[in-house]
Amino acid sequence: MEHEAHNPALLHHFADAQQQKNAASLGMWLFLVTEIMFFGGMFCAYLVYRLAHFNAFAAGSQQLSIWMGATNTAVLIVSSVTVVLAVKAAEAGRRKVLVGYLVVTVLLGMTFLTVKGFEYREKFEKHHVPGATFKFTNTFDDNGKQIPVNPKEAELFFSLYFVMTGMHALHMIIGCGLFSVLAVFAWKGHYSPGYFTPIENAGLYWHLVDIIWIYLFPLLYLISRHS
Amino acid sequence: MASTAIPANQAPKLNYLNNGHSLKSWLLTTDHKRIALLYLISVTVFFFLGGFFAMLIRLELLTPQGDLMQADTYNKVFTMHGMIMVFFFLIPVVPAILGNFLVPLMIGAKDLAFPRINLLSWYLYIIAGTLFLHCMLTGGVDTGWTFYTPYSTAGSNTNVVEAGLAVFIAGFSSIFTGLNFIVTVHRMRAPGLTWDRLPLFIWANYATSLIMVLGTPVIAITIVLVAVERLFHLGIFDPRLGGDPLLFQHLFWFYSHPAVYIMILPSMGVVSELIACFARKRIFGYKFVALSSIAIAVFGFLVWAHHMFVAGISLYAAMVFSFLSFSVGVPSAVKVFNWTATLYKGSISYATPMLYAFGFIGLFTIGGLTGLMLATIGIDVHVTDTYFVVAHFHYVMVGGVLMGYLGGLHFWWPKISGRMYPEGWAKLSALLVFVGFNLTFFPQFILGYVGMPRRYWQYPPEFQVLNVLSTAGASVLAVGYLLPMIYLLWSLRYGPIAGANPWGAAGLEWQTTSPPPTFNFDETPVVTWEAYNYDEIPPKEVEAPVAR
Repeated sequence: MEHEAHNPALLHHFADAQQQKNAASLGMWLFLVTEIMFFGGMFCAYLVYRLAHFNAFAAGSQQLSIWMGATNTAVLIVSSVTVVLAVKAAEAGRRKVLVGYLVVTVLLGMTFLTVKGFEYREKFEKHHVPGATFKFTNTFDDNGKQIPVNPKEAELFFSLYFVMTGMHALHMIIGCGLFSVLAVFAWKGHYSPGYFTPIENAGLYWHLVDIIWIYLFPLLYLISRHS
Repeated sequence: MASTAIPANQAPKLNYLNNGHSLKSWLLTTDHKRIALLYLISVTVFFFLGGFFAMLIRLELLTPQGDLMQADTYNKVFTMHGMIMVFFFLIPVVPAILGNFLVPLMIGAKDLAFPRINLLSWYLYIIAGTLFLHCMLTGGVDTGWTFYTPYSTAGSNTNVVEAGLAVFIAGFSSIFTGLNFIVTVHRMRAPGLTWDRLPLFIWANYATSLIMVLGTPVIAITIVLVAVERLFHLGIFDPRLGGDPLLFQHLFWFYSHPAVYIMILPSMGVVSELIACFARKRIFGYKFVALSSIAIAVFGFLVWAHHMFVAGISLYAAMVFSFLSFSVGVPSAVKVFNWTATLYKGSISYATPMLYAFGFIGLFTIGGLTGLMLATIGIDVHVTDTYFVVAHFHYVMVGGVLMGYLGGLHFWWPKISGRMYPEGWAKLSALLVFVGFNLTFFPQFILGYVGMPRRYWQYPPEFQVLNVLSTAGASVLAVGYLLPMIYLLWSLRYGPIAGANPWGAAGLEWQTTSPPPTFNFDETPVVTWEAYNYDEIPPKEVEAPVAR
């Protein structure tokens, strides 16, 4: 254990590298808990209003592009795999592979954001952005029956859609920035099999942001689509 | 236990205060003790600012007419008072000042787990405070500290978004403090310091941190939703757009009720330390007191809707929340009973910190028992939004939190500054605070019960006598709060030098020098004893130099 005292990454107030790693890891998990509570407020609002205005939410849901949402889901799942591979590469001390996977993760994150951008553009074109220009015409279910919808309630659906996906996208942007910085550090050789906690913890963050999307996708796009 | 004590005849050594004198060495410090002092200064500034608004409120209410200010101004003044006191004083005061200073010392660590995040949280507090001051100077806010919709999103003409942003950022400051404490308590304890040997102050701060970490993100997203609704006219809480203002109240109180436990729990921790030290006994039922903190944190999350009994929630929900609110009384009473039992056959001395501890127990008991009255739906419906509620939460917030804080500040002042405060002045100010407090807030119970509503700038003339008493009490209270600031500053230069352990107190923080060295302990202590082992502390240490 003596050589660990000379580990440049070991901060002075920790007894050894293991204690430092355990502290950082617990801190990250707690931070993820705060993120869950943060998004929890929005999920709570979604559930309350979905129960209150079921038809409007079903009709609003029909207006979302399922294939773009599905593409993004696939992109994110793949990016979670590349994050896992990045952590593995860091553990094995393979610097170039690590940088490669980090860069691919950032690119996948940007792909997600680009697709999201096209989705948002579609909302603007269809006047589905809440506010003065919002328009919502009644829709029909699979049997050709008209679904009676109060446009105000549909507007509420799109308000929640924008707030929830917008907040998620903000977390994606932060994640992309984080992994870009880590890629630079990894390139400079900051990480070794003895110290790669930042990669691991950023990975945890990325997985959480993925999981939130895994919940957002069915709630907003899939369920009650065919009421 | 004397093995790690430092000899008294040591030459003046480097401590955290004289280790670097430049501004940079303070503003970029990662030393938890220096950050605690940064918080001490900034939180004190906000305390006096909030107190200034309180005095404006009391002056306006001296007479039944609205003569000092107009209704709109009054709305802003009580909003400023509430927001400053809640978000910039009560929530950070004990954890960020005393907790920051003491948590690593009490568990034998060199620092908190994340010193840089600790500094970041102070900067977030300062950014939030600056934003709030800017908001205040450019017109203020008039929504009340509760930001109730739809007034806050569609009615108010004031700068709600900026105030909301300030509260949002202050929230992250408190999340980071909580996160830091939890990780520190889990991962940084000295060898041998098991969970059942932890000081109760640590347990209390641990429970507080759980609430900070679990609750604060919810108010953060709630404020984001309010801001988004206000800025982009999305209808999330606006009933005209299909939204539900009750949802706002649920989300708001889901944080803001537990937030009162963020405020009171650390002060309860302080009182446990004080009672044990000045009764010179191990706390009666240590485990119950420790776990009651956790129980309060857990139950505290299950009672929020008692703020909404008249808001239109279902009767059955109200009954459940009423029952759960009563149940919070159990762990709170456990604490009060166990403190009292600790005093039984203790060898009690009446130094200033102990006076504050007694003040805490008495006032918190009144605040807590009236809380049970308010948990009763029938009484609550009768006194909702009256001065009865105002008096109740001031008994808990001011009578409880502030008493605990001042007691703790006096108790650990020798550790923080290396000097003793002047005992006579301190006792006088403790007395002034106690008398002034009761004179200010006890009349408000009566006022509220006979029907004076809160948040109005005028009132019928028959309420004047009690309001005059209340305003007079507030003036006494103000003197009681100004005095410690003066004599504590005085003591920095002229107070008698305090030894490492002027109270003969148990606890690791007393085993290092006063003020402690930058890394707290010359040698990491190894703990082989229970907390509060006052039976084993030799009597001559007990008679150590208390200032006369």
